[in-house]
Amino acid sequence: MTTATDIDRKSLTEYLLRLGDTSLILGHRLSEWCGHGPVLEEDIAMSNIALDLIGQARLLYTYAGTVEGEGRDEDDFAFKRDVTDWKNLLLAEQPNGDFAATMVRQFLIDCFNVELYTSLSKSTDTELAAIAAKSLKEVTYHRRHSGEWIIRMGDGTDESHRRVQRALDDHWIFVDELFETDALDAAIVAAGIGPDLKSLRPAWDSMVDRVLAEATLTRPQTDFPRSGGRTGSHSEYLGFILSDLQFMQRAYPGMEW
Amino acid sequence: MTVVALDDKRREAAIWDLLEEVPDPEVPALSIRDLGVVRDVRVAENGAVRLAVTPTYSGCPATAAINLSIRDRLLRAGYDNVAIDTVLAPAWTTDWISDEGKRKLRDYGIAPPVGKAADEGAGRGTLFGADPDVPCPHCGSAATEKVSEFGSTACKAQYRCMDCLEPFEYFKCI
Repeated sequence: MTTATDIDRKSLTEYLLRLGDTSLILGHRLSEWCGHGPVLEEDIAMSNIALDLIGQARLLYTYAGTVEGEGRDEDDFAFKRDVTDWKNLLLAEQPNGDFAATMVRQFLIDCFNVELYTSLSKSTDTELAAIAAKSLKEVTYHRRHSGEWIIRMGDGTDESHRRVQRALDDHWIFVDELFETDALDAAIVAAGIGPDLKSLRPAWDSMVDRVLAEATLTRPQTDFPRSGGRTGSHSEYLGFILSDLQFMQRAYPGMEW
Repeated sequence: MTVVALDDKRREAAIWDLLEEVPDPEVPALSIRDLGVVRDVRVAENGAVRLAVTPTYSGCPATAAINLSIRDRLLRAGYDNVAIDTVLAPAWTTDWISDEGKRKLRDYGIAPPVGKAADEGAGRGTLFGADPDVPCPHCGSAATEKVSEFGSTACKAQYRCMDCLEPFEYFKCI
C-alpha cells in the first residue's frame, strides 16, 4: 500500500474520519427506517443502502486506524467518540422526517458521493482509491434509487409534490457545506489525495438541476447556509443519534458478542 | 495429508476444487468460486494456504460468513494453516461471476446480470440510463418490469414477469 507521504498522519486520519462519519451517520439514519418503511420494497431498499454506507464507513475507519497508528479500530471510532469529535456533514444527521425528507437528504448526498468517489478513486493514496472505487459502484445505485423517487414524488400528486418541495426547501441550507473547504482540504488537495470539493459543485449542480427539472420542482435559494459539521459543531440531533448508536458500549464498556 | 507431495499447480487446483464446494451464504445455489470473490490461491509446500478474497459489496453481511465457510471447508480437508487476505482493488464486479454461476443463478430463479458492468445501459446505476431487458428466469419471457431497485440483498433488484406473473430477483450489474 502506498500512502502519500507529503501529508502528516493526523491530517489524513482526520480527512478519513470526515468521510467515514458522514457515511456512518447517514447509514444510521436510514437504518432507523428498518421496519417502518412506507412499503416493504422501500423498507428493504433503505436498509440495503444503510448497509452499503455502514460498510463504507467500516472500511474508512479501519484505514483511519491504520494511518493513525495508535491502535484504534472501527469500533473505537464508532462507539467511543463524543459529539464534537464527529466530523460528518450536518445534512447527514438531519432527522428522517417523512419519506420525502429522507429521499431529498439522500439524493443531495448521493449526487455528492458520486462526484466525490469518482474523484477519490484516482487518489494518490492507493488504499483510499480502492475504497472509493468500490464505494462508487454502490453510490451510483443509491443515486439511481433516490433520484427516481425525487422525480416520482415531484411529478406525482399535489400532495407528494408539496412534500418533496418542502423537504428540498428545508434541507437546502445544508447544501453549501458539502463544498466548503478549509486548511485540511487544502493539504489533502496539495498531496493529491482528494479533490478540491468546490470543483465538484458544477457536476453536482448539473445533475441536481436535471432531476429537479424532470420532477417539476423548484431549486431553492438560501441566505442562511449552515455549516460546522466537518469541524465538530453539530445540530442538536447528533447527540440523540449517538445515544442510540453508542448505548451498548457506554452502558457496558468493552462488551463483545 | 498428501498435499505436500503435489506440485504448486496441483496443490492450488485442489484448493479451487474445495472452494467449488463452499456455497455462497445468501445464494446457496452458487459456490463462492462461481461468484468470483476468490482472487488468488497460494499453497506452500508445507500445506499452508493463503487466499485473497474480495468483498462483493462494502456492507455485505455475508463477507464474514464466506471467510468462515472457507476456513471450515479447508480445515475439514486437513488444511489447518489458512490465511485469508481481504483485497479491495480491483473492486469486485459481476463480470467475474462464471458462466456456470450464471446458469446456476437462473436455475435457482434469480436472473443473472445482463451485459457487462462497464457497458452503458447495462443498468449500471446511471441515473437516466435505461433499465436492461431482464428475461424472466422462470419462463424466459422478455416482458418483465422492475418493481424495486433493491431486493432481499443490496446486490439484487426486484422484478416481475408480465407473462407468467411470477416475481423474481435480478442480480444487478456492478
